[in-house]
Amino acid sequence: MSQQPLVELHGVYRSFEKERVRIPVLQDIHLNVYPNEVLCLVGESGCGKTTTGKIIASLLDASEGEVLYNGRRMAEYDRKERSLIRRQMQLVHQDPFASLNPAHTIGQILGYPLKRHKMVNGRAELRRRIWELLTLVDLTPPGDIVNKFPHQLSGGQRQRVSIARALTVNPKLIVADEAVSMVDVSIRIGILKMLHNLRDMFNLAIVFITHDLALAKYFAWEGRIAVMYLGRIVEIGRTQDIIANPAHPYTRALLSAVPEADPNLTRKKQPIPLRSDEIPRLTAIPPGCAFHPRCPFYQPGVCDVSVPRLAQAPGYAQDTACIPLTTGEQLVPYGT
Amino acid sequence: MSNVVLSVKNLSMSYLAARGRVRAVNNVSFDLHAGETLAIIGESGCGKSSLNLTLIRQLPTSAKIESGQLLYTKRDGQQLDILQLSKKGLQKFLWSEISMVFQGALNALNPVIRISDMVYDTGKAHGLSKAESRKQALDLFEKVRLDPMRVFRAYPHELSGGMRQRVLLALALLLRPQVVIMDEPTTAVDILTQRSILEVLKELRRELNFSILFISHDLAIAAEIADTIATMYAGEIVEIGPVYEVFYHPRHAYTLSLLDAAPRLSVGAEELHSIPGSPPDLIEPPAGCKFHERCRLATDICAHTVPPIEIFNGNHRVSCHHHQIVRKEREEVIQS
Ligand SMILES: Nc1ncnc2c1ncn2[C@@H]1O[C@H](COP(=O)(O)OP(=O)(O)OP(=O)(O)O)[C@@H](O)[C@H]1O
Ligand SMILES: Nc1ncnc2c1ncn2[C@@H]1O[C@H](COP(=O)(O)OP(=O)(O)OP(=O)(O)O)[C@@H](O)[C@H]1O
Ligand code: SF4
Ligand SMILES: [Mg+2]
Ligand SMILES: [Mg+2]
Repeated sequence: MSQQPLVELHGVYRSFEKERVRIPVLQDIHLNVYPNEVLCLVGESGCGKTTTGKIIASLLDASEGEVLYNGRRMAEYDRKERSLIRRQMQLVHQDPFASLNPAHTIGQILGYPLKRHKMVNGRAELRRRIWELLTLVDLTPPGDIVNKFPHQLSGGQRQRVSIARALTVNPKLIVADEAVSMVDVSIRIGILKMLHNLRDMFNLAIVFITHDLALAKYFAWEGRIAVMYLGRIVEIGRTQDIIANPAHPYTRALLSAVPEADPNLTRKKQPIPLRSDEIPRLTAIPPGCAFHPRCPFYQPGVCDVSVPRLAQAPGYAQDTACIPLTTGEQLVPYGT
Repeated sequence: MSNVVLSVKNLSMSYLAARGRVRAVNNVSFDLHAGETLAIIGESGCGKSSLNLTLIRQLPTSAKIESGQLLYTKRDGQQLDILQLSKKGLQKFLWSEISMVFQGALNALNPVIRISDMVYDTGKAHGLSKAESRKQALDLFEKVRLDPMRVFRAYPHELSGGMRQRVLLALALLLRPQVVIMDEPTTAVDILTQRSILEVLKELRRELNFSILFISHDLAIAAEIADTIATMYAGEIVEIGPVYEVFYHPRHAYTLSLLDAAPRLSVGAEELHSIPGSPPDLIEPPAGCKFHERCRLATDICAHTVPPIEIFNGNHRVSCHHHQIVRKEREEVIQS
């Protein structure tokens, strides 16, 4: 991927203040998002997926580090360019019910950004564009939908409306944050296929945030996955490489823990047990590798001393942040 | 197979709503055997929770049980109909014979009451002395891999989500019921937490040999822990059979569609399909097979004739006009 990334995160840190305590939420994030790619962020609750997504979409600033959009810092653009770039990054939320104004019709919800950003000229064009957008997200016939209110639609239809709204401003990148987590399993696939089609049609990049690994694998099969743990990326690479040959002990544990919708397959799996079930608090992140208190391959005196950096380990195509692996050692179970 | 513990016969229940009767449970019949885990799968709104609540008679006042029998066989062989129990009889029956772990159980624990008091209260209502209750609880906490003394003295908010879930599991087993009903016990928990709950559950089941009625829209969990799968659609059980039969040789078009929509993590590239439309109105459900409007195999007969119940291999019960096509299609998929 030698092309110019849409977004680059270089050594990004982000923290929040809560009751005078500083909570480090993201640490030393290095991540590029390329045009037209699918990038999945996975990891357990609280690991920083949404925060990363918001920084990518320029909805949140980094506390430290550099974020580049089309190769330059936001500050290097003038006001007009900044607003254009902001518009090119759209976020689709998990809960369309919360993000769609209940008092507005679907037509108004889509019309508002079109008018505000002067994407259309005149009423006829506005109407035509709304019709077109609804058709793009398979809400047809559009005439049945435009005058409805969000509560008159099913969860899946509402999520299609939020995607249509994101498309009003001709984005280059969509951050879909748990965008199908609240819709039924049976209709998720339809929305994901639609997202893929839109991506092809408009050359979109999609950052797909999920805690569902099977879904990540399905959606990003031709793309990349970044696995996060306690505010850091612990493994990143092509989905196919990571699924077939996970490197980081945390990734291995996650993949081995996921039940499969296939009785033989799931009963044959051997979950890798961790040394502890407890997820450390962000205010007390363990020293060295943050995963070391739970890691089944922990090496005392090594893993708890220095912070592992993302690098390619021998035998793996993807990058991983695990000291023994990147120094070319075999992982051995702790205590043997 | 072993003895039948709970035999549900022709159970129907509806809610009274402004527009009419919501037929949430419609002529449901099945047997639950000693030590068996039965998973009920189906989309949101198909009536899974309603069925559960009917079995333990914990329905809101707007609900009416219209017909059916819930024949329960105690350990000493005595048989009773849950629907005939007096209010007092029901109170004694719940927890000691059938207990439950609810959907979103994280909120089910009263935040101002210590775990120990919950244990004492539950025990006391069923004639256990404080000492007996305590001993049982500590023993169960150990079994669900919690630190018994710490948890016993704790308030719910001092415990993590996964720990609370395990406390609820232990509490449900306090009086050694024969049946535990679980409604989505692992939704909203992380992968590794879900894994440890599943492992604990399997261990407990081996050791204490209770039956489980497991409600979930997650096919993967059902594939992993169920002996028997029941597919529910629009208030009815449309297919029920041994887990391997239902997954590898389904005979209902709806089950087939659910399987077609479920990604599997370790299966490489997959061709998946959504189910079009959304579940039907339960006040005025469609005629014929209730799934016909969304079914890609539907023909004329499906639109006006209710499919007959057919039984294959003694324990695989289905009502689908096109069960032969379903079986053939799935076999082709499996072979390819
Ligand atoms: N505005 C904020 N103020 C204080 N803390 C915050 C804020 N936003 C996020 N956090 C904290 O940062 C951590 C990471 O949050 P984030 O929402 O990025 O996680 P996530 O990976 O998206 O989790 P989930 O899977 O639950 O959505 C959490 O501990 C969260 O409580
Ligand atoms: N108290 C109630 N009054 C009226 N209708 C109800 C009530 N509770 C549930 N329903 C309706 O009954 C039907 C079945 O709902 P139920 O909660 O049993 O489904 P479910 O399969 O458990 O769904 P989910 O997967 O979302 O939990 C739905 O149409 C629902 O709207
Ligand atoms: S660095 Fe050490 S503790 Fe961290 S994942 Fe690798 S082996 Fe485990
Ligand atoms: Mg999030
Ligand atoms: Mg339910």
